[in-house]
Amino acid sequence: MKKLISILMAALMVAGCFAFAGCSSSGNAASGSDTIKIGMQGPYTGSTAVYGLAVQTGARLYIDQLNANGGINGKQVELIYYDNKGEDAEAINAFTRLVDEGITAFIGDVLTGNTLAVVPEANAINMPMITGSATAAAVTVNENDGTVYTNVFRSCFIDPFQGEKMASYAAEKLGVKTAAVIALTGDAYAAGLAEAFVAKCAEVGIEVVAQEGYASGDKDFNAQLTNIMAKNPDVVFCPNYYEDDGMIVTQARALGLTATFLGGDGWSSVADYASAEDLEGSLYCSGYAPGSTEAVKAFEAAYEEKYGEPVPNMFAPLAYDAAMVLCAAIAKAEETGAKPGSDEYKQAIIDAIRTEGPSVEGITSANGYSFDENNNPIKDANIMEVVGGVETFKEIF
Amino acid sequence: MSVLSTLLRQIINGLQAGSIYALVALGYSMVYGIIMLLNFAHGDIIMIGAYIAWLCMARFALNPVFAVVFAVIGCVLLGVTIEKVAYKPLRSSPRISLLITAIGISFLLENAAQMIFGAGAQVIPPFFSVPNPSIGSIEIPGTAIVTIVVTAISMIGLTLLIQKTKMGKAMRAVSEDTGAAQLMGININRTISFTFAIGSALAGIGSVLYCTAYPQAYATMGSMLGLKAFVAAVLGGIGSIPGAMIGGFAIGLAEALVSAAGLSVWKDGVVFAILIVVLLIRPTGILGRSMAEKV
Repeated sequence: MKKLISILMAALMVAGCFAFAGCSSSGNAASGSDTIKIGMQGPYTGSTAVYGLAVQTGARLYIDQLNANGGINGKQVELIYYDNKGEDAEAINAFTRLVDEGITAFIGDVLTGNTLAVVPEANAINMPMITGSATAAAVTVNENDGTVYTNVFRSCFIDPFQGEKMASYAAEKLGVKTAAVIALTGDAYAAGLAEAFVAKCAEVGIEVVAQEGYASGDKDFNAQLTNIMAKNPDVVFCPNYYEDDGMIVTQARALGLTATFLGGDGWSSVADYASAEDLEGSLYCSGYAPGSTEAVKAFEAAYEEKYGEPVPNMFAPLAYDAAMVLCAAIAKAEETGAKPGSDEYKQAIIDAIRTEGPSVEGITSANGYSFDENNNPIKDANIMEVVGGVETFKEIF
Repeated sequence: MSVLSTLLRQIINGLQAGSIYALVALGYSMVYGIIMLLNFAHGDIIMIGAYIAWLCMARFALNPVFAVVFAVIGCVLLGVTIEKVAYKPLRSSPRISLLITAIGISFLLENAAQMIFGAGAQVIPPFFSVPNPSIGSIEIPGTAIVTIVVTAISMIGLTLLIQKTKMGKAMRAVSEDTGAAQLMGININRTISFTFAIGSALAGIGSVLYCTAYPQAYATMGSMLGLKAFVAAVLGGIGSIPGAMIGGFAIGLAEALVSAAGLSVWKDGVVFAILIVVLLIRPTGILGRSMAEKV
């Protein structure tokens, strides 16, 4: 019996090896010296697979479209991807393996933690890298000495960016004079947005009349909201996650607070957590607005046609954009005549991301990708408004 | 708004939260008074009540009146069942066994709810909509008034029940001296079950009021609510019914004023600091009777 089990185990392991090899299938058959290899990885199994798979399908869609249109400079782009199971050690192993296979640029990583693990490795060999989903500031800046990882870019917002956007939007579009803030204390996301919002308010001439906090797990916000009400602000910035946001709006309306609520992308799906009446007119910013423009609709149709299911979340379009920015830069690097994978070629890509980015009409940023001094994108946000209980796209800002 | 009206609003906020604490604290106090058990599953009965209300309204689209009735009936049945299944067999065991069983029941209910309903919050549709009346320039939330009024009515009803009815007399007698009460021909089992039923009915009313103020049901909602109500019961004097009311309102007001002062992160800390101070200075609470441990 034991023998049988060990044989079975051995057979399983062999099968597993094949399965793993199968996982690395590239987007097309034409491989050889005339291909440009791009590496990718992410959690394709496990609890965070939903993010990893969305990033993978989004990027693959763009690469396949590009290849169908003749590739870059007559060369086909080969996308190699491995599952890192969301683990840091696996992420480094997968990255090393991709480098061994001769990739010239890297899309990823998916999770912030994995990305932070891979960044020093990629930085050491000056590998061009662009992530569509890692939002921590430390991804592009070494937090210990403040130096920028010049090879690392991203297509998503960093957290504080949303706070700044909403403050500018309130000042420019809503003509807001006074604002209040209620944010979860001690949470990097909520506190980051709130801090950036308050800082930007001072710049754009909005007076922040009240700043309230609450502890994780709190359900009673009446005391804080009563304080806010006493100051009678034009808007309340509430950069928390949807469950709390819904509760806060419900209680605010019960108290009689009529100010407009503003939020960040944590508001997504808030409509299920408060009544349509209470939420009416609330605004939040989001990286991706389904069905907002012709380009977005075309992307959604192409995605559904290829994968047989609708776009799962904002990570697919962000990865699509990351691939688009990267391929635009590779096209530019091709002009140098350097060999893909060489140091000169990689540096050319990194330089070109900065020069070519602004002209890339992305799905989540139709006005292009400019990068600031920390390699974070300066891009538009989609302003979403809750109308009749439905979160609808309002405008690009 | 002037400082005074803000303060008044904060006091109303505190009374609203305090009403719910008081209703839950009553259940703690009554059960403790009669069988010396800290029923830590009491908070989770509220959670089940909230889920029943959610099921009735969001799933089966019943009228809110039925939701309220079913939530209260469900809580009563659950409370009595827990008493029969988990506590009655242990009545002659050491009190620590009962206490640990209560904690076990609490975990059982929380995890069962999490398995059945999921870990995320379920949104409970509004039970009723009341306009916000104004006193002078101050607008007062209608839900707060309903909560405070319903709590006051429940408390008057409970006081009448305990002081004026035969069953209330039996409850008082059992709480005074179980053995002597039994010798006088009082049916102990029935009286204890009745106490659990009344306590759970108050929890059911509390769960409806809680969901009116904070309309989300989630599996762990009962644990913090239960603990704070326990603090309220201890502050008022555990075993004392007027004490539970005073304790509940005091805890609610303390929380609201701490939050209003901008220290909302310290809110829970303040509540439990009150517990420590009460236990150190006056362990019997505000209205508790000091009694010598029976040997």
